[in-house]
Amino acid sequence: MTQNPQPRRPLRVLAAMSGGVDSAVAAARAVEAGHDVTGVHLALSANPQSFRTGARGCCTIEDSRDARRAADVIGIPFYCWDLAERFREDVVEDFIAEYEAGRTPNPCLRCNEKIKFAALLDKALALGFDAVCTGHYATVVENPDGSRELHRASDMAKDQSYVLGVLDEKQLAHALFPLGDTITTKDEIRAEAERRGLAVAKKPDSHDICFIADGDTQGFLAKRLGKAEGDIVDEDGNRLGSHEGAYGFTIGQRKGLRIGHPAPDGKPRYVLDISPVDNTVTVGPAEALDVSALTAIKPRWCGAVPAAPGTYTAQLRAHGGETEVHAEVVDGELQVTFTEPVRGVAPGQAIVLYDGTRVVGSATIATTTRAAAAV
Amino acid sequence: MAYLDHAATTPMLPEAAEAMTAQFAVTGNASSLHAAGRRARRTVEEAREALAEAVGARPSEVVFTSGGTEADNLGVKGLYWARRDADPARTRILASPVEHHAVLDAVDWLATHEGATVEFLPVDRYGRVHPEAFREAVERNPADVALATVMWANNEIGTVLPVADIAAAGREYGIPVHSDAVQAFGQLDVGFQASGLAAMTVSGHKIGGPYGIGALLLGRDQTPVPVLHGGGQERHVRSGTLDVPAVAAFAVAATLAAERREAFAREIGALRDELVAAVLAAVPDAVLGGDPHDRLPANAHFSFPGCEGDSLLLLLDAQGIECSTGSACTAGVAQPSHVLLATGTDPDLARGTLRFSLGHTSTRADVAALAAAIGPAVDRARAAGLS
Repeated sequence: MTQNPQPRRPLRVLAAMSGGVDSAVAAARAVEAGHDVTGVHLALSANPQSFRTGARGCCTIEDSRDARRAADVIGIPFYCWDLAERFREDVVEDFIAEYEAGRTPNPCLRCNEKIKFAALLDKALALGFDAVCTGHYATVVENPDGSRELHRASDMAKDQSYVLGVLDEKQLAHALFPLGDTITTKDEIRAEAERRGLAVAKKPDSHDICFIADGDTQGFLAKRLGKAEGDIVDEDGNRLGSHEGAYGFTIGQRKGLRIGHPAPDGKPRYVLDISPVDNTVTVGPAEALDVSALTAIKPRWCGAVPAAPGTYTAQLRAHGGETEVHAEVVDGELQVTFTEPVRGVAPGQAIVLYDGTRVVGSATIATTTRAAAAV
Repeated sequence: MAYLDHAATTPMLPEAAEAMTAQFAVTGNASSLHAAGRRARRTVEEAREALAEAVGARPSEVVFTSGGTEADNLGVKGLYWARRDADPARTRILASPVEHHAVLDAVDWLATHEGATVEFLPVDRYGRVHPEAFREAVERNPADVALATVMWANNEIGTVLPVADIAAAGREYGIPVHSDAVQAFGQLDVGFQASGLAAMTVSGHKIGGPYGIGALLLGRDQTPVPVLHGGGQERHVRSGTLDVPAVAAFAVAATLAAERREAFAREIGALRDELVAAVLAAVPDAVLGGDPHDRLPANAHFSFPGCEGDSLLLLLDAQGIECSTGSACTAGVAQPSHVLLATGTDPDLARGTLRFSLGHTSTRADVAALAAAIGPAVDRARAAGLS
């Protein structure tokens, strides 16, 4: 097996450049590896007119300029492609619909699945490119038979394989992640950018959801979904307070419940359930968040579909830890049992299964089984 | 390399570059009273006379600006304010819908901030405003029209507009007409006085002069309200120390553009016809934009069905062929061209456009390179489709 295989011939590579430091360094490394690289900035916002500061995403004029400057310095052609309409349909509307249904989506996975490694990749391939390059921290391993595997980044602290867990083998065959196979701290990436003369070296990291400029997800949802007052109840159905829209909550959320009186046992209460049908949010003690099993839908496999039940490690959210699971595919759905109960699993999030460092596949969490109920 | 984007900017003429570099070594503010100032003033005034000669105007009608955009803004906003100040009823602006953004966004701004009502004149499928349409629009209420602005020739699709006829009609009603002649200058006979226009915009870097210099030709009876306030250096309607090297070089380029215009139009027009034939031979379903006959001699514009203009641009750029999608950009993102939409072009077709514009350095080799590359590029772009 070879890590981040060096191709026999230089590839024609389309480097997705967000305007941030990671994708700029990734593009520079792809050039250094001998590829014929063209940079492209994806205009994903319907309103690219803003020069916002502070929060950084990937849709501002400033980001587009930063990406262009980086491409100039690297010495590659650069274009902006308008994928705003696709992004709105496939990512933003999906994001809103998921929240409306009481789930907690991860738009970055969705963007990788539907935009960067679908809309963008398809267009790139049609135009004669061989691969799309991004600044994600993940490793591609090529087997002797030419098949490819996605692995965690060498540096586990930076690993982003979770948000790439939606890629299938075909998508992976055309993916290039130049940052994944070196143990690199963010400081070292910034130093490398500085060394390469890239002005984005000092640019702040992006953390927020790129299409919510001010980071106020609740405000964004409220604007789209409107206010809908409903009850906050305990597990026995007693009314404890009210809310302005069930969609504004996430399973496991503790802050912002605004319940007047404390629980009888004095312990903090958490969101246990969101019911969009009757617009009710159920809260309860932390123990009630323990989940022993889950069912996940729409699985996507990075290679062969696991034929038999097996033991894997699983990651349940971006930057989350690993947990051991027993998983099998039943009628096209993923049935997962946890070795130890886990806390705070939100439907809508992705579960990504790993075999060691190898990504096996991912699926969207649909329902969970509470550990307490199993007792 | 085949540079086919002369309408964006064209290489500076050696004579203009020489005039400019010679002036870099000379000190003098043209507004100063001492010897150095007088020397600079003389250079400016000689340039003014040369430019006036080149565009068929009097020297006193030349107002130097920082370029075409500023001249358009001064012509449109300045005349609007002046007319409205003289008569508060005059708030209607008649504009062609195919104007450059320097005019389009200026009239939009007047509508949103200064109480203007903008009426876009109808155009035919070539993007041409007919004088009768202008007359009809005026006749609805001649007393409320502040001004009209109609470009001499369109920068995207190359169609020539009947500016002199519109200006003549405007004079009948006492309505000042401004025209953006940035693309026309050097390719068509843009005689300012003969045109009857109240104001006309020209630019340096489109004719082989430097960037950052242009002029508004302004009839002597016109007193637009300034956009820039300050020392009032240019006829009290435009302030700012004059850029003597740029002014001198602009005048040299303008003189040469006027001298060479007829030969340029003939020779480059023939080369353009070859380019059009070559593209249509390689891509039979390509659609030539603009008037097939009455158009800028250096302009060719095509729509390629089923293609994204961005894709074509990238593919040709990779082959060393430089052209434009012909549409304006925001953060580098192409928007569907307002010009094509105004001509009634199908919006999907309008996404697959390329503008090829020739200039004084263009050769048959440039056309041959395009002829060889365009067919495969269109096939590829079609495979990528419309995203």
